[in-house]
Amino acid sequence: MLSIKNLHASIDGKRILNGINLEVGTGEVHAIMGPNGSGKSTLASVLAGRDNYEVTEGNVIYKDQDLLEMEPEIRAREGVFLAFQYPVEIPGVTNMYLLKAAINAVKKHQGQDELDAREFLKLIKEKAAMVEMKQEFLYRSVNEGFSGGEKKRNEILQMALLEPYLSILDETDSGLDIDALKIVAKGVNLIRSEQRSMVLVTHYQRLLDYIVPDYVHVLAGGKIIRSGGKELALELEEKGYGWIDELAAA
Amino acid sequence: MTTTESDLVPLLKRDYKEGFITDIDSETLPPGLDEDVIRTISAKKNEPEWMLEWRLEGYKRWLEMAPPEWAHLHHPPVDFQDISYFSAPKQKPLLDSLDEVDPKLLETYEKLGIPIDEQKMLAGVKVAVDAVFDSVSVATTFKETLLEAGVIFCPISEALQEYPELIKQYLGTVVPPSDNYYAALNSAVFSDGSFVFIPKGVRCPMELSTYFRINEMNTGQFERTLIVAEDDSYVSYLEGCTAPMRDENQLHAAVVELVAMKGAEIKYSTVQNWYPGDEDGKGGIYNFVTKRGACRGQGAKISWTQVETGSAITWKYPSVLLEGDDTVGEFYSVALTNNYQQADTGTKMVHIGKNSKSTIISKGISAGKGQNAYRGLVKILKGAENARNYSQCDSLLMGDKCGAHTFPYMEVKNPSAIVEHEATTSRIGEDQLFYCRQRGMSEEDAVSMIVNGFCKEVFKELPMEFAVEAQKLLGISLEGSVG
Repeated sequence: MLSIKNLHASIDGKRILNGINLEVGTGEVHAIMGPNGSGKSTLASVLAGRDNYEVTEGNVIYKDQDLLEMEPEIRAREGVFLAFQYPVEIPGVTNMYLLKAAINAVKKHQGQDELDAREFLKLIKEKAAMVEMKQEFLYRSVNEGFSGGEKKRNEILQMALLEPYLSILDETDSGLDIDALKIVAKGVNLIRSEQRSMVLVTHYQRLLDYIVPDYVHVLAGGKIIRSGGKELALELEEKGYGWIDELAAA
Repeated sequence: MTTTESDLVPLLKRDYKEGFITDIDSETLPPGLDEDVIRTISAKKNEPEWMLEWRLEGYKRWLEMAPPEWAHLHHPPVDFQDISYFSAPKQKPLLDSLDEVDPKLLETYEKLGIPIDEQKMLAGVKVAVDAVFDSVSVATTFKETLLEAGVIFCPISEALQEYPELIKQYLGTVVPPSDNYYAALNSAVFSDGSFVFIPKGVRCPMELSTYFRINEMNTGQFERTLIVAEDDSYVSYLEGCTAPMRDENQLHAAVVELVAMKGAEIKYSTVQNWYPGDEDGKGGIYNFVTKRGACRGQGAKISWTQVETGSAITWKYPSVLLEGDDTVGEFYSVALTNNYQQADTGTKMVHIGKNSKSTIISKGISAGKGQNAYRGLVKILKGAENARNYSQCDSLLMGDKCGAHTFPYMEVKNPSAIVEHEATTSRIGEDQLFYCRQRGMSEEDAVSMIVNGFCKEVFKELPMEFAVEAQKLLGISLEGSVG
């Protein structure tokens, strides 16, 4: 599904990623953990195509295509989804409008029929129920006046609707209380399938109690310094990020 | 690969599709303004003596005045002796039959998508149109259908012949000739515009509209519109404007007066798309307009909705005098400035009657090097018990070379008044665009969606067909060349 080789990236001349190597197979869930400033969110942004980052070295292959050559909207239409750490507000644009524009952009690109109003409404109601989102949120402006938890849930709703092949969740758990975290995790688990891959970027282990990853990678100084199974997350939790510094220094 | 705000600018390139010139023989007065020019205009229109006197009085006032300099606008002084004050297509159109209208004119309106052929209109979307070309009205549709309902809708020059008493009774009662510099000029030289009269208790059976077109070079357009709604009547009126692309600046100084009597409602909508000048700020219309309505009777309501996307300079403050008790004044505005466009626009709400209410929603969008100013006055007079005002001014910036300015003024003389003002400024950020693109939308669609969202509260006040047109217009104005 996704193959990252020796990826280097910088922003404003400052090097953030220093040679990332990562293979994500179809149906796999990978967690990427690391302290603040280790490059976790940069990795997510580079994969989604945010253009204030400069890739200086390396390549990324997604479903046999050169991902870095694609415009952000093309990546999205090809099935790459980023659940944002800080979802933006768009006043005056209803959630419904954005969601319909998004799904039809994807469908059109993939050669499928676009949904009409009725089909879309049926589908979106189903998906909203999945993430326990009240329907009134569909008619409100995108993320405007939403609480932190509602914004994150809205991201998961979009993910459920678009059914991406590769989902990248950028610190989806940050700022959530335990109830909100459970709802978000439940949504993610419902979407999880053998056809879809996920990359969970997180600072804390607790998200992984609810979404159990197949692999855990530890990022420090822009490099993956350790990879393992789900037990690595527990070890990290126990020893703290200080341990990482020791590992990185070694 | 780093994107800065200024990379948004290519998204704002626009084609001005209305910028063509109609090649038609015109009779145009030589440039310059003096009493003789005014006498000539008045004579050409076969006006009654009192009308000429009125014009000359306006001219006298104008000579004594100086152009206003308080607005947040910068332009070289206008040379008023370099402008022609009257231009009309040579063939005198017989207003009752389109067969008599020069085909070139028909073609012009067809190209602009303005329905001046009643036969060709789709059933169900009937809009009566008065088409004003330079200084004269060339066609007015559905006049007879409207007359059956008692509604008068005709060029003001024709009204001066047919209904001189009505004109005499109302003209200048809302905007007197001495009101301001441009209103005085307009009073002296106004050429054409529309007159609407809705009698007592009548709900106008269709939307009325006037399309203003400037064609001739070095010609100013000075139209005058007067709308009178008698007790308990209703009318919705639309105004549209376009002009060819020319390198010289052209002057447009209009006056619009609305009179709403007891229980009457006037809804006045404008989609202003005058030529804005090119990317380097060359050419474009100078749009200096005085629009004011008076709610004369108890419970009268006047609502202004404007979408201002054109003109090099816009100086315009559609206002409401809330004279009667329980009267309502509304102002909904979207003003877009791109490239070197400048807009200083807003409203005045003057509360005189008890329980009078006003609402102001202003949305300014600045892009390129555009400068956008909201200027509004809410004035509550001593006798206006329980007056209410709500004002909201939002500015949206695209890029880092444009500007937004808000100048709200309040004068409250009655302690029972409640006046609220809210203002916000935001930027279409890279964050919003990236978010939409990450969901699969193209950059252009994303910009257009964000801008339309921003303007939504105003667009919903426009009549359906106009709302669609306005959305398209913003879409075009912001259309990009992003591959």
